[in-house]
Amino acid sequence: MNLEEYKGVYVFAQQVDNVINNIAFELIGKGKDLAEALGTKVTAVLVGSNVEGLADELAEYGADKVIVVDDPELNEYRTEPYAHALASVVQKYKPEILLVGATAIGRDLGPRVSARVHTGLTADCTQLEIGDFPINPMPGKEQKHNQLLMTRPAFGGNTIATIACPDFRPQMATVRPGVMQKREKVSGAKANIEKFNPGFTPDHKYVEILEVVKAVTDVVDIMDAKVLVSGGRGVGSAENFKLLEDLAEALGGTVSCSRAVVDAGWKSKELQVGQTGKTVRPHVYFAVGISGAIQHMAGMEESDIIVAINKDETAPIFSVADYGVVGDLNKILPILTEQIKAAKVAG
Amino acid sequence: MKIVVCIKQVPDTKGGVKFNPDGTLDRASMMTIMNPDDKAGLEAALRLKDQYGAEVTVVTMGLPKAEEVLREAIAMGADKGILVTDRVLGGADTWATSQTIAGALRNLEYDLIITGRQAIDGDTAQVGPQISEHLDIPVISYAQNLRVEGDSVIVERQFDDRYHVLRAKMPCLVTALAELNEPRYMTPGGIFDAYKAEITVWGRADLKDVDDSNLGLKGSPTQIAKASDKVRKGTGEQVTLDPSEAADYIVGKLKEKHVI
Repeated sequence: MNLEEYKGVYVFAQQVDNVINNIAFELIGKGKDLAEALGTKVTAVLVGSNVEGLADELAEYGADKVIVVDDPELNEYRTEPYAHALASVVQKYKPEILLVGATAIGRDLGPRVSARVHTGLTADCTQLEIGDFPINPMPGKEQKHNQLLMTRPAFGGNTIATIACPDFRPQMATVRPGVMQKREKVSGAKANIEKFNPGFTPDHKYVEILEVVKAVTDVVDIMDAKVLVSGGRGVGSAENFKLLEDLAEALGGTVSCSRAVVDAGWKSKELQVGQTGKTVRPHVYFAVGISGAIQHMAGMEESDIIVAINKDETAPIFSVADYGVVGDLNKILPILTEQIKAAKVAG
Repeated sequence: MKIVVCIKQVPDTKGGVKFNPDGTLDRASMMTIMNPDDKAGLEAALRLKDQYGAEVTVVTMGLPKAEEVLREAIAMGADKGILVTDRVLGGADTWATSQTIAGALRNLEYDLIITGRQAIDGDTAQVGPQISEHLDIPVISYAQNLRVEGDSVIVERQFDDRYHVLRAKMPCLVTALAELNEPRYMTPGGIFDAYKAEITVWGRADLKDVDDSNLGLKGSPTQIAKASDKVRKGTGEQVTLDPSEAADYIVGKLKEKHVI
């Protein structure tokens, strides 16, 4: 492998039902930072069926170039044709960096592609930068410059590891949704659009889709919320979440929850914050009756303002809270909700 | 039908995390468990065994101590255990790990390979799909339901806002979610069998069609640049107040920060 042949920052622009997922814009945003550090460009790889019309939107969020792989076989996501599409792009265009969202699709696609093109893949990155590897010079080991340094939590969020992939290309990472910032949209921006079709011939690795069942939901995506009122086991029951819903409504926010609440069947999985749920960083995060397992904190500690209400003064959640109140949520929340409503009327 | 289940012994990070005085993870005092997603995968295999009379082989890669999870799996009802252990396999990233396990699986006959979606210590969810790539078979990850129909598996595959019902021809690899099922307990008879069971131990020489350049630390494309304990946001204020004072306090802070 001649590493010098590999150039440019590529991002997989995930779309479902011909709607581009936010993660694509976030990856372009981060990709721009990396590309600027390397003096190169960002290319978005758009894979699907009848998706060419989406390319302009990728340009508006900063993509310099869009490679469109359009084929009827790519209509609904399936591992094999998508892996073939992305691996073929890698083999033809030789990117030095390839970023994929750590979504249910990306975490399936990424490993299959990295195994096919023989390179490393770092999962669920929360930070990406260009730097030296090894970070400090080591006797007897060449220090390589302009490497992608990929940082991710490990061991349930207890440890942070920074990973490099110095001898293989592309340097591949899946990136946690909600962590990287997208750039300001520039209406009317255009990118160089290139079509590429490596040919899709169904073989034994193509699975057959028998049915697609969409969850019917009118729930706001908690990753987009500015204010989250999040409840844990301490809330006590599904019915008692009414107190949190009232507070959320008064603040124009949304209710979310910890894993314990999903396990208890009080709330659905889409509302779960944490390592096995979603990473959120709202302006204000209320942690109500949440003790603060490490896995939970990994998903919310980047919030701007964290308010914790818990009756146990030793609860770990207080270690990340800006404002911690020891007390009974059943008594505090109704008063708090009324006061906020009153303050808003007065304000 | 022959089913191979890949399992991993992991530190029990759920609820039982212990720290050393310097703030690092105290691994020595932490319990080890069978990784939860893998256990659900094993349960799915055992249900197929109950239904269709399949033979279930469990495979793990790790230190000699990892034999414990194989015995646990046998006590639950698995037929055979294979431990892949060798010093030269240590320090493997997901590429080298998946190459190692694929090398072991090439010695076995299988219709279905089941792995957990991800291990709770690494959380990468990479090894299952990578094994399938090395073995050139289809993969269905994130299985929330699984059944066999003729020469195919039918799997409900979970996505964020939907699930797909997929059919794949066997041989096929499926990665299981812990939500897939409620794993059974070990039975007294099973525990007795597990103690007597002969565990097959394989080393580097037993791996089929794998080059040394793809194994262990040296065969790992990814390398650790640095590892550190997570630096957490410092503790802010903590107050104990009666309910209406508590509400005043929070409202005051929200006003101060221009939230309301």
